[in-house]
Amino acid sequence: MSNLEFPSDRRYTKDHEWARKDGQEILVGVSAFAVEQLGDITLVNVDVKVGDSVEVGKSFGTIESVKTLSDMFAPVSGKITKINEALNDKPELINEDCNKTWMVAIAPSNPAEFEALLDQAAYAAHVKASAH
Amino acid sequence: MNDTNETLRRTPLFDEHVKLGGRIVPFAGFEMPVQYKGITEEHLAVRTRAGMFDVSHMGELLLTGEHAGAVVDYLITSDASKLGDGQAMYTCGCNEQGTILDDLLVYRHTADKWMVVCNASNHAKMSEHFRKAALNHCEFRDETFDTALVALQGPKAYDILAKVGGDGPELAKLPSFNLRPAVLAGAKTTVARTGYTGEDGCEIFIENKDAVKVWSAIMEAGQAFGISPAGLGCRDTLRLEARLSLYGNDIDETTNPLEAGLAWIVKLDKASDFLGKAALIKIKEQGLKRKIAGFEMVGRGIARHGYPLLDMQGKPVGVCTSGSPSPTLNKNIGLGYLPTEMTKIGTQFKVDCRGKAVDAVVVKVPFYKRAS
Repeated sequence: MSNLEFPSDRRYTKDHEWARKDGQEILVGVSAFAVEQLGDITLVNVDVKVGDSVEVGKSFGTIESVKTLSDMFAPVSGKITKINEALNDKPELINEDCNKTWMVAIAPSNPAEFEALLDQAAYAAHVKASAH
Repeated sequence: MNDTNETLRRTPLFDEHVKLGGRIVPFAGFEMPVQYKGITEEHLAVRTRAGMFDVSHMGELLLTGEHAGAVVDYLITSDASKLGDGQAMYTCGCNEQGTILDDLLVYRHTADKWMVVCNASNHAKMSEHFRKAALNHCEFRDETFDTALVALQGPKAYDILAKVGGDGPELAKLPSFNLRPAVLAGAKTTVARTGYTGEDGCEIFIENKDAVKVWSAIMEAGQAFGISPAGLGCRDTLRLEARLSLYGNDIDETTNPLEAGLAWIVKLDKASDFLGKAALIKIKEQGLKRKIAGFEMVGRGIARHGYPLLDMQGKPVGVCTSGSPSPTLNKNIGLGYLPTEMTKIGTQFKVDCRGKAVDAVVVKVPFYKRAS
């Protein structure tokens, strides 16, 4: 629990996605806490295509582990610009390094949404609270 | 969560699970470890070396007396008279309608001492069921909360027991589905060559007070053999690969053993009557409309309990009862009920994975069988 790493170069959702600015895009992944809860990740299903619009807080796909399935929610609204195809064959990349492994990139349509996300300290506090 | 926690029980091994880093979840009224290091790692440890499970949540019902065997025999679909002293069998208990109350292991210690092990999720129901049937016929005692049950499973299980000492070195001679008393770590136990993983191994019944002593001795002896503590998570993936039914998933009071692929434990020709016999004879005569089938996902998707199964035109025709990635086979596998005519090996169908129809095919079961 204590050794989970939440880098400070990005923001987080309460649903345990991370969002990191990369030029004009925002890369989206899942946090170390999410990965710890899920366990061995066996399947990533991205339900959107490049060019599709996503809306903040809406599911853009699912991530599955041996035991369970979890939705992935868009941290910001915008257009999908990239999908990490490497995860089709190697979902375990997320277990190996979830802070590096992004699922999709979004060109945000409303920059204020990013600013409204949790920063590292707020997210760490949120995780602590949800792990009681 | 806190409200329900107050009513949850802990097994005598709870502190060991916490020490080993187990992730504790509520399960059938108990706080149980779902995993320690990870489901896949623990799964593979059981397949290649050994894993130790705490299954103390399961129910132990003891029936004693001259008529104990007859009482047990009436409540199960298999033929209890086929068991000799020190033998066990897998069976199930049905209600009058011929649907499944629980799947069970029945152990005959002696002609007048029988033990029935039931699922934790059915414990209250089955305890009452056997208690009522025993009234005026034999003694009944529910030993569930006095008994710890540890399952040591995997190809190294008997090497480890030999190293534990006491009667451990003798246990490798125990035939499959046999049981015997055995002193381990100075404690009196009963060891049965049974399990729920598809591997060789045993289940060890221990008095609560000795549970930690025996668990620790096995864990220590097992270090040299690569033993891993194993949680309920991998118990489920292991049993699914071995195509062992899970009550509440694959079987329940809406399913009968014939359609559930358990015809081999239904002895309609046994001399004695049993609860559900007449209904099952009728069900058999009428023919089965649906049957459980094992399948593999062909497309990208993991079938899960409750997902609809579709024919190739997309029409719902059945339901997935168990589904998971298979760590041993590196495939996504599952069990589900399909119309009988669709249960032939090689039949193609689809699984409705949350709105996405993913291709699947009926395959031979068990998915995994250990080399003998």
